[in-house]
Amino acid sequence: MIWKIFLFLLLCFVSVAGIAFPIVQSPKEWYEFPFIVGLEQNAKIIFFHVPTAWLTVVAFLMSTVFSVQYLRTKNLDYDAKSYAAAQLGMIFCILATVTGSVWSKFAWGSFWSWDPRQTSIFALLLIYGAWFALRSAIESEDKKATLSSVYSIIAFLTVPFFIFIMPRIMTGLHPGSADDTNAGPIVDFKMNSSMQLIFFLSMIGFTILYFWMWNLGYKSIILSEKINKQLTRG
Amino acid sequence: MKSYALFQKDFHSELRTRYAINSLAMFIIVAISVILFSIGNENISPSLTGGLFWVVIFFSAMSGLSRAFVSEEERGTSLTLQLIASPATVFTGKLLFNMILVFLMNIVITLLYSMLFAEFIIQNYLLFFLTFVLGNIGIAISSTLIAAIIAKAGSKGTLYPVLSFPILLPLILTSVQLTSFSIDGIPISEAVFELAIVLCYDIIMISAAYMLFDFIWKD
Repeated sequence: MIWKIFLFLLLCFVSVAGIAFPIVQSPKEWYEFPFIVGLEQNAKIIFFHVPTAWLTVVAFLMSTVFSVQYLRTKNLDYDAKSYAAAQLGMIFCILATVTGSVWSKFAWGSFWSWDPRQTSIFALLLIYGAWFALRSAIESEDKKATLSSVYSIIAFLTVPFFIFIMPRIMTGLHPGSADDTNAGPIVDFKMNSSMQLIFFLSMIGFTILYFWMWNLGYKSIILSEKINKQLTRG
Repeated sequence: MKSYALFQKDFHSELRTRYAINSLAMFIIVAISVILFSIGNENISPSLTGGLFWVVIFFSAMSGLSRAFVSEEERGTSLTLQLIASPATVFTGKLLFNMILVFLMNIVITLLYSMLFAEFIIQNYLLFFLTFVLGNIGIAISSTLIAAIIAKAGSKGTLYPVLSFPILLPLILTSVQLTSFSIDGIPISEAVFELAIVLCYDIIMISAAYMLFDFIWKD
């Protein structure tokens, strides 16, 4: 119970600090963020957009790891875990896409411009969509679990291409791209310590939130399966 | 050599019915003529024709390649296959068949395309050839594996392009880029990185396919 209150306070602090702390030319107080050329006030999205994108990938990774576990053990428990992770991954993927495209309207001038990062988040969205479409198409429990596990492993193999290779060979607008001259890798160089602190607190807070939500989702899947079984038995 | 026998079986049954070849040929003509109609008298840039070229290839592949496994499920012969051959053998046979189908299909597409599109002029033939070969191998591997999933999922035809597109996307994006390089006449030494990506994709997918096919194939 204590950690839930702690998480609530942490996320409250991150939200308030991320939105309200001012960005100034030369930060003196601990609560002032530095002015990054090319990002300016738009830089604040980093506290909310980056954690959602990070959790999209974490959820996908967890879903794949549980898929491998399922194929090794054929235990349907792992399939439920993988499903719960993918459900959350889809939600965070949509959140990352929407926050990113709203941000890009103000930073780059249009909602969507096929930047390599936008291409890769779009591909992730497609993968999640295809995965749920595949699951809904199969009736039998075992077959559903096996085929969707195989598909999630194949799909995971394409992720390195999108996340690590594409953004580096294609020219892009996203901070941290191959030809980014003004913002550069922000996390390492341009953020001052207070901005980094809030950024990492936000990452930690959202990650804990994700694991909590994932645990709840997993439990609810198990419970609904139990109830279904009881109902069918009469 | 069992996989070669399997390939021969598919090849003969294909020659007898000509289902895949006929539908593929018609699909290629339909897809190219739709593009031609929609372009009309507009002048399009050469790099756009390179992109449209891969659109035709992707959708033609999606129309014909799922037959390999779906036909086994439809005829109810997949259980017999499971008894007489190991999963790797079955996959090799089907992959050979699809590979030949993809190469035939894409040679036809390339010929038709270069006849019908005046703007589609390749300047670096060797680069285009390498892209063509590596891209076709990648398409054949991924689509054969997805075809197996589709066949076991109750041969849902509409699901095939949906499932294949995200898997083929890195390959297609890189191939489109390589094709526009070869239209612009960029030397191979400047396109090594992109070629390496396509090669990596092929290797990763073929190893994954052989590792995962057992789980799909065995009920």
